[in-house]
Amino acid sequence: MLRVDSLHAGVGGKEILSGLSFELPAGQVHAVMGPNGSGKSTLAHVLAGRGPYEVTGGQVSFEGADLLALSPEERAAAGLFLAFQHPVEIPGVANMYFLRTALNAVRRARGEDEVGPGEFLGLVEQKAAQVGLDRALLQRSVNEGFSGGEKKRNEVLQMAVLAPRLAILDETDSGLDIDALRVVAEGVNALRGPQRGFLVITHHQRLLDYVAPDAVHVLVGGRIVRSGGAELAPQLEANGYAGLLGPQAGGALAPLAS
Amino acid sequence: MSPLTALLARGPGAPPLWRPAPRPGEASWLTDRRREATRWAEGHGFPTTKHEDWRYTRLDDLLEIPFEPAGPASSAAEVADEVAAEVAAGLGPHAGGPRLVFVNGHLVAERPEAAGPAPGAQVGSLARALEQTAWSERLQSLWAPARAGYDHAFRALNDALAADGAFIVVPAGCAVERPIELVFVSASGGPPVLASPRSVVLAGPESQVRVVEVYAGAGEGPVLTNAFTQVVVGPGASVSHYKVQAEGTSSFHLSSLEVRPAEASRFSSWLVALGGRVARHEVGVRLGAPGAAVSLDGLFLPAGSQHHDNPVRVDHMAANCTSHQLYKGIMADQASGVFNGHVVVHEGSLGTDAHQVNKNLLLSEHAQAYTRPRLEIFADDVACTHGAAVGHLDDDALFYLRSRGIPEARARALLVGGFAEEVLARLPAGPLEAYARALVRARLGAEEGSGRPSEAP
Repeated sequence: MLRVDSLHAGVGGKEILSGLSFELPAGQVHAVMGPNGSGKSTLAHVLAGRGPYEVTGGQVSFEGADLLALSPEERAAAGLFLAFQHPVEIPGVANMYFLRTALNAVRRARGEDEVGPGEFLGLVEQKAAQVGLDRALLQRSVNEGFSGGEKKRNEVLQMAVLAPRLAILDETDSGLDIDALRVVAEGVNALRGPQRGFLVITHHQRLLDYVAPDAVHVLVGGRIVRSGGAELAPQLEANGYAGLLGPQAGGALAPLAS
Repeated sequence: MSPLTALLARGPGAPPLWRPAPRPGEASWLTDRRREATRWAEGHGFPTTKHEDWRYTRLDDLLEIPFEPAGPASSAAEVADEVAAEVAAGLGPHAGGPRLVFVNGHLVAERPEAAGPAPGAQVGSLARALEQTAWSERLQSLWAPARAGYDHAFRALNDALAADGAFIVVPAGCAVERPIELVFVSASGGPPVLASPRSVVLAGPESQVRVVEVYAGAGEGPVLTNAFTQVVVGPGASVSHYKVQAEGTSSFHLSSLEVRPAEASRFSSWLVALGGRVARHEVGVRLGAPGAAVSLDGLFLPAGSQHHDNPVRVDHMAANCTSHQLYKGIMADQASGVFNGHVVVHEGSLGTDAHQVNKNLLLSEHAQAYTRPRLEIFADDVACTHGAAVGHLDDDALFYLRSRGIPEARARALLVGGFAEEVLARLPAGPLEAYARALVRARLGAEEGSGRPSEAP
């Protein structure tokens, strides 16, 4: 589904991703873990098409298409979704209207019929109940005055409404209490299926206790220094990233299954 | 014909305008005041960018145009009718409230409610009121003598030339249910026209009234609208003033709104400015009695090469008064916008609560915003804040919307609409709100139904 091949990217002439490669097959959940400053968020933003990050080398294919050639909105229409680490507040734009605009923009781009306000209301209220987002927050401006937990629930709500093929969660678990963490995890688990992929970018193992990954990639210094199964996460938690920076750290990457 | 500046020049060539003859039936005080105003304007000249309150507004082009004062009959009556009909359509079906239509400052049509706006309330022409002895005496106090000075020559010019406008009187305890709509059409069939509408709102003690002023343009030639509206808010009264300025882009619009709130009264004004080549809307509030509250909001949206200037002056001169200002500007293309807000808290104005906010959004690299929020405090025990911001669209917000599949142009329109929403949301729901939103949407290229978010609890 997603193939990242020797990706180099940076900002302002400073390289942050230095030849990063991995492959995420449909139906799987992969975790990307790494210390602060290793390039985790850069990876998320580059995949979603955020400026001012510049790609200086490598390729990314998504469902066979050249992802890097697409605008952010085209990537969304192709089925990519980024749950933000820091969701943006948008004063004066009602959350409900934003969600419907987004859903219909994506549907229109795919040649599908738009969803009318009545039908949408039913859909969004059901999904909001699932993620435990207060209905009143649907009428408020997007993320404005939301608590940290409410913002993250709102991200999961958007993910549930847009039902992407590939969801990238950029440290969605950071700063969350255990209840909100469960909501995020349930949101992911509810969408898991053979046609969907998830890239869970995280600093900690916490979220992975609830969302069992099929693979874990360790990102250090802009490269994936190690890949393994779900068992890698607790090892990292126990030993820290420093343990990986030994002699084998820069070595050949373990090829992934499938 | 000579340019407007030449009208102020002394000498044999000066037109008779500047030796105003008494109008038929005019009270002698009015003739005197008009002459005094003329002399004052001659003595002081038009403001230039050297004047503090006109620093960012160049009038060179305006002063080169040979404007002639408008008479009661317009050379563009037909096209003015069309514009008035458009405005009426925009405001929705006649809701039963009074609506007066003026062309170049002169009343051409009035549609009072069958039974009047409310028992005892009057809505009509200022020209007629000036002919009635009782009202003429009352109005004399509103034509300030020249020795008191004028803020600038355009104010004096209105005193000298105004012949008509709206005259609204709401007696004590009377609540006028429906908004009173005043439609001012600027129209020129060719020669440049100077319109000088003068409106007066007298709200008695404990009364309530809402007044809407809509300015629209018609015709090919340039018009200078030099409007002055005075509002006297009685003790405990509540007055709301709404202004939609949608003049043509070849016209000039200079206006003043002067408010005198009495004890424990409430006044609010709301402006949306879209039109005019140069447009300036001045608001002056003198809080001279305790316990009054005023709220002044504005949204200005110049585009192309338009210039919008918004001077706001609030004087706190009594205890326990509240003033709130929220002005937002959205400047596109090469347009420029000015917010020049000045709050003075005079000595002894204990318990003053004054807040002033101006935010500006620049939609192009060539657009300009000038913001001067000023707060001068000469009293203790006051709560005052002010703030100003100028910025471009937030890249993070733009990316956030696009990452959800919303195409860039639509995402921009959503963000700009969201920026305007804070001011639009302060309009009460109703036909005026719908009309103002439609005009703003058309200007911003936003789409129908972007919806108002609910207030945060």
